[in-house]
Amino acid sequence: MSIQLTINKKKVSLDIDPNTPLLWTLRDHMSLKGTKYGCGIAQCGACTVWVNGEATRSCVLPLSAVANADITTIEGLSEKGDHPVQVAWDQLDVPQCGYCQAGQIMTAASLLKKKPKPSATEIVDGMSGNICRCGTYHRIQEAVKLASDLATKKKPSTTKKPA
Amino acid sequence: MKNTRRSFLQKTALATGAFCLGFDWFKAEGKAGAMVASAVEAGRFNAYLEISSLGKVILYSPNPEIGQGIKTAFPVVVAEELDVDWKDVEVRQANLDTQHFERQLTGGSGALKHSWDRLRKAGATARQMFIQAAAQTWKVDISTCKTAGGFVLGPAGQKASYGSLASLAATLTVPTEPTYKNRKDYKIIGKRTKGVDNANVVTGKPVFGLDIEKPGMVIAQIIRPPFGATLKSFDAADALKMPGIIDVLSFKNKVAIVGQSTWQVMQARAAVSCKYDGQNLESESTHKKWFDEGMAADKAQVQRKDGDFQMAMSKAAKVVEATYECPFISHSPMEPMNFFADVRADGSVLLAGPTQVPQSAQKAVATLLKVDEKKVEVELSKMGGGFGRRLNNDFALEAAELSSLIKKPVKVMWTREDDMMGGIYRPAVRYHFKAGLDASGNMIAFYLRGVGLNAGNATRQDNFPVGAIDNVLIESVNQVSSVTTGPWRAPITNFLGYAEQAFLDEVAEAGGKDPVQMRLDWLARAKNNPVGKITYEPDRFIEVIKQAAEKSQWKKKPGVSQGFSVYFSHLSYVAQVADAVMVNGKPKITHVTAVTDCGEVVNLSGAENQIKGAIIDGMGHAMFAKLRFNEGVAAPANFNSYRLIRGNEIPTIDAHFVDNGIAPTGLGEPALPPTGGSVANAIYAASKKRLYRQPFDI
Ligand code: FES
Ligand code: FES
Repeated sequence: MSIQLTINKKKVSLDIDPNTPLLWTLRDHMSLKGTKYGCGIAQCGACTVWVNGEATRSCVLPLSAVANADITTIEGLSEKGDHPVQVAWDQLDVPQCGYCQAGQIMTAASLLKKKPKPSATEIVDGMSGNICRCGTYHRIQEAVKLASDLATKKKPSTTKKPA
Repeated sequence: MKNTRRSFLQKTALATGAFCLGFDWFKAEGKAGAMVASAVEAGRFNAYLEISSLGKVILYSPNPEIGQGIKTAFPVVVAEELDVDWKDVEVRQANLDTQHFERQLTGGSGALKHSWDRLRKAGATARQMFIQAAAQTWKVDISTCKTAGGFVLGPAGQKASYGSLASLAATLTVPTEPTYKNRKDYKIIGKRTKGVDNANVVTGKPVFGLDIEKPGMVIAQIIRPPFGATLKSFDAADALKMPGIIDVLSFKNKVAIVGQSTWQVMQARAAVSCKYDGQNLESESTHKKWFDEGMAADKAQVQRKDGDFQMAMSKAAKVVEATYECPFISHSPMEPMNFFADVRADGSVLLAGPTQVPQSAQKAVATLLKVDEKKVEVELSKMGGGFGRRLNNDFALEAAELSSLIKKPVKVMWTREDDMMGGIYRPAVRYHFKAGLDASGNMIAFYLRGVGLNAGNATRQDNFPVGAIDNVLIESVNQVSSVTTGPWRAPITNFLGYAEQAFLDEVAEAGGKDPVQMRLDWLARAKNNPVGKITYEPDRFIEVIKQAAEKSQWKKKPGVSQGFSVYFSHLSYVAQVADAVMVNGKPKITHVTAVTDCGEVVNLSGAENQIKGAIIDGMGHAMFAKLRFNEGVAAPANFNSYRLIRGNEIPTIDAHFVDNGIAPTGLGEPALPPTGGSVANAIYAASKKRLYRQPFDI
């Protein structure tokens, strides 16, 4: 029995084991490789996608649980890679190896959707579920702030200089 | 192309009218007469700097990118000397190409040091050829022409783009002694340049090894035995019946599960049971025993001896003694190990994936499969971190062997558990220090014994303060373990740095000295009248120490306890001051000031990333990383209990660089070794508790 869902605004129908985690569904069956595997046990956040607009760890979420849901992955966050979070990430030169960053960006964008102007503490708390082994945390936190400024059209209060 | 191996610079005209300068990023500095012009093989521009008639500058970056930013830093140097706008530069990753490149690897923080002159020469040479081409066209003297942003400017206001001069420039003789820019005229070097891969990363492009997909490719996972055990038998009857499973087979003590998709393989793997043979498998208690034995052993490898340590100790007014210990730890890069291999019927092999050392992958696979190296092609992917783990090509060998057995292209994927339990570890080490102080608190004798488990020489015998102390004895004992070990970011010094710097803090305290002044006094001694040979430059040491003391307001911050450390590794110097305060009865590191002398900073943005990343890495592992063995099996197995530092646990960090214009030295590693020490010393200053083991017990 096939499962229907919407991935990055496209309706898809999948005829695979319904226990397949959404992460592997995306990576192996949809060729959407932007969502990353880091731990497989909901600890690192590398696999974060949006399920009906909520940031969710796709590594522990079976396909059956997202039937008819609306999924957004890093590839679908913006058409031209110009979501304020993506712009801020590039401007402040956040990535080192880059592997964790899709998950970081999806988490950050969801945080800003709920709280367009988060406080410094809210940024730190909101982002601390995501591990970055390269230790880009300072810039991640700065970039969330910059993205918030960009999105709320304010002149960025952060300097352009990354942390 | 035979001559290319010897040539540093090689130019050629392309049919398209592009200017193409072939240069080897890695070979010895250009030697006069070592240049050969020849045609570029079709479609093969790996070693080249290419400027199209439209003015686009394409640079091929050969080194594996692991997050250290080399793919950005190398081209920055070329673009600077070439004098083009950074926005006109496009960087492409070159694949393994032993014909054109040497040292195509990532490790030891050595890339920029090795290539600095070569990169500058490549850019400056090309720039000079454009000037010559313009001067010839305008019939003016070359000395009257200058360049700016990819244009040559003539004395009468003439202006020509490099692109328009490309075909003429390409016919000129390559100059042997180009003129270089004065560093005060740098427009790109030393400034902030964003990572050239940022756009790919923020949009989720499939650039990593795990993202590789090739026609006909199958997926495999491998069950590896406990360390020291051999596979006796396995039962895969149920697994083989599961959907999508192609084969379950064993080789070299391992069992591989091969299937169509990752999830199917994971499911089937859980249904395979393995039986092992093995006696005296190692546990934490075994390792403790080996440490004890190594410390008690009469015989040790003497690594350095200055003066007479024993005699000096007998005269000492005061003795300080301490033992420090660290466990095996996992590298745990964010992207677990993985590799693709296709061993084909015609004897050719395609390898693809994340490795820090592609050439040794090529060699090792060629040896394993008994094929000619030339038949093994290696494609480089971006790496989701490495920290030394991807210096070992076990994953590439596994993939190649498996592909040869199943006769299919295969991607072997390690789960996080595989990565943490079945890999290569930082060796576990125990250090014992002794210091003898005279009546005024000066250290007159210094002793270190390092006992490592598969650590080789666990000391770095020429490290400061050696060279400033009259009587020194440094020795090591290596105990052989079945746990496989290898370099971990800043090998040995990632832990030794902490132990030494924490011990010296005890020495300062016992001698009634300020930790900063004590080191400055030693350095004055090492500079004026060194004991034995020294490998560091005292003046550079002194400069980072003084700057760190000043910028951190050493011992002048009210309500803040501070810890100091300084370390020399990979030819760079890093001094650190960590600030700690007590929060609810527990010490908390709030801030770290770091002053680094890594010579010329090529990319300030990337350099700051490396310093802050290394400090966070060093602090996280010193505080949290806990790994033990039980009967040959590592625990923990995943991030739920192997704790990595998170964004709410980091101090603020100020990263300063000494501006001295010396050719660049290491940057990816040197900020890590001093970190455990500055943190431990600050925690001691705040809580009066010395920390003798990692992970810290606070
Ligand atoms: S892979 Fe899902 S949280 Fe780590
Ligand atoms: S950038 Fe490497 S893990 Fe975050």
